Amino acid sequence: MDRFSVFSSRLVTKSENFTSGHRACQGCAEALAVRHVMKALGRDTIVAMSTGCMEIISSPLPLTAWKVPWIHNAFENSSAVISGCESGMKAMMRKGRIPQKKINFVAMGGDGATADIGIGPLSGALERGHDMVYICYDNEAYMNTGIQRSSSTPYGASTTTSPAGKVSIGQHTQKKNMPQIAVAHDIPYVATACPSFPFDLIEKVKRAAEMPGGAYVHILSVCPTGWRIQPEDAIKYGRLAIDSCVFPLYEVINGKYRISYTPYKKLTVAEYLKGQGRFRHLTDKDIEKIQAKVDSDYLKILKRCEEDA
Amino acid sequence: MAKPMEQIKWQELEVGSVVVEVGNAKEYETGTWRSEKPVVNKEQCIKCGVCWLFCPDGCIVKAPEGHFEADLTYCKGCGICAKECPVGCITMISEEE
Ligand SMILES: Cc1ncc(C[n+]2csc(CCOP(=O)(O)OP(=O)(O)O)c2C)c(N)n1
Ligand code: SF4
Ligand code: SF4
Ligand code: SF4
Ligand SMILES: [Mg+2]
Repeated sequence: MDRFSVFSSRLVTKSENFTSGHRACQGCAEALAVRHVMKALGRDTIVAMSTGCMEIISSPLPLTAWKVPWIHNAFENSSAVISGCESGMKAMMRKGRIPQKKINFVAMGGDGATADIGIGPLSGALERGHDMVYICYDNEAYMNTGIQRSSSTPYGASTTTSPAGKVSIGQHTQKKNMPQIAVAHDIPYVATACPSFPFDLIEKVKRAAEMPGGAYVHILSVCPTGWRIQPEDAIKYGRLAIDSCVFPLYEVINGKYRISYTPYKKLTVAEYLKGQGRFRHLTDKDIEKIQAKVDSDYLKILKRCEEDA
Repeated sequence: MAKPMEQIKWQELEVGSVVVEVGNAKEYETGTWRSEKPVVNKEQCIKCGVCWLFCPDGCIVKAPEGHFEADLTYCKGCGICAKECPVGCITMISEEE
């Protein structure tokens, strides 16, 4: 549990806008992230969602796990679809055809949809300044189609299209830094989050929705199936990613950086990597290299936060 | 109550395959997937709700006596609640036992 006491759980809204009966794997922290996000957003929300695990598991016709207007769109265009919803409904409100009301326009996609296939439409939507929130559920691969690598897969991870073996370390490129790409659009709000820190996640999604203009929230979503871990450890690995600074929690409000959580004791990346099947093949030397990169990336974030404090 | 997909004729589908009942995924009982179930020790439960907050399936409910309990209609038996409970009062038990 994070900086709040365990009893704070009881203060979180009881309303569930993403229902039981969805078909995610056992222990899917991506589905948990969706559940938390929908608690934060509430019912006055319209969601456009790209193809991917969360779309497939929540909407097998004729059923839906969503309690808000929700549309499945092609892989690349959730940002374009939600831009259109926002512009259209704002125009109708202006003309008095529908009542004036604050509505959250939210596009969602996996890391494949966000960092690879939909990055163009996302960039366009952020640049045009729509009043919208984009949420990326990052499980670090194309999980729905069977664990293919994406540009968001971390260095050294074994996936079905970046298999580790005698001649390959697995993924041999570095993870694309999507939050920084979002920051480069000079939008009012960017944040990173993880469902292992639910209060922080819910606060950030609320802030993203309240902020006028574009907002981007990048959520590390542990996938037991693709990471090759036990389902009951999904929350633990999210916590380890954050406590080892592999995935720092921070937010950027109107260009100003702020760290949201500093580990009591910074763990080594080895503590995060060990036990994950996708990193099983890594040698001590490989892990040293990863540690150096994590340290230098974390320092960069800390420096920006200090400058802006 | 939505009909199973295989019994729906194309003429009965809404235009654009729109689903008009919200949250009707609840008709699908994911509890049938389970091989282990969580059992709460009511006396030890401090009623904090941590298990509820971390359940990916949102299927933990507050029992009338105040402690938290899994709704076995949907519980997939992932074991997260047992692992995260701060007092360790949830045990995973094999369904066969
Ligand atoms: C244009 C296009 N290419 C490929 C696919 C097949 N496809 C469906 S879901 C998916 C993986 C999605 O990965 P990601 O966006 O990371 O979401 P995840 O499933 O990991 O949550 C792929 C490749 C598709 N639907 N459309
Ligand atoms: S493959 Fe991973 S992300 Fe997809 S439903 Fe299963 S656990 Fe969740
Ligand atoms: S075992 Fe998993 S699905 Fe079942 S109640 Fe516990 S957290 Fe929820
Ligand atoms: S986490 Fe444990 S102590 Fe807290 S409510 Fe659930 S069962 Fe009770
Ligand atoms: Mg993915």
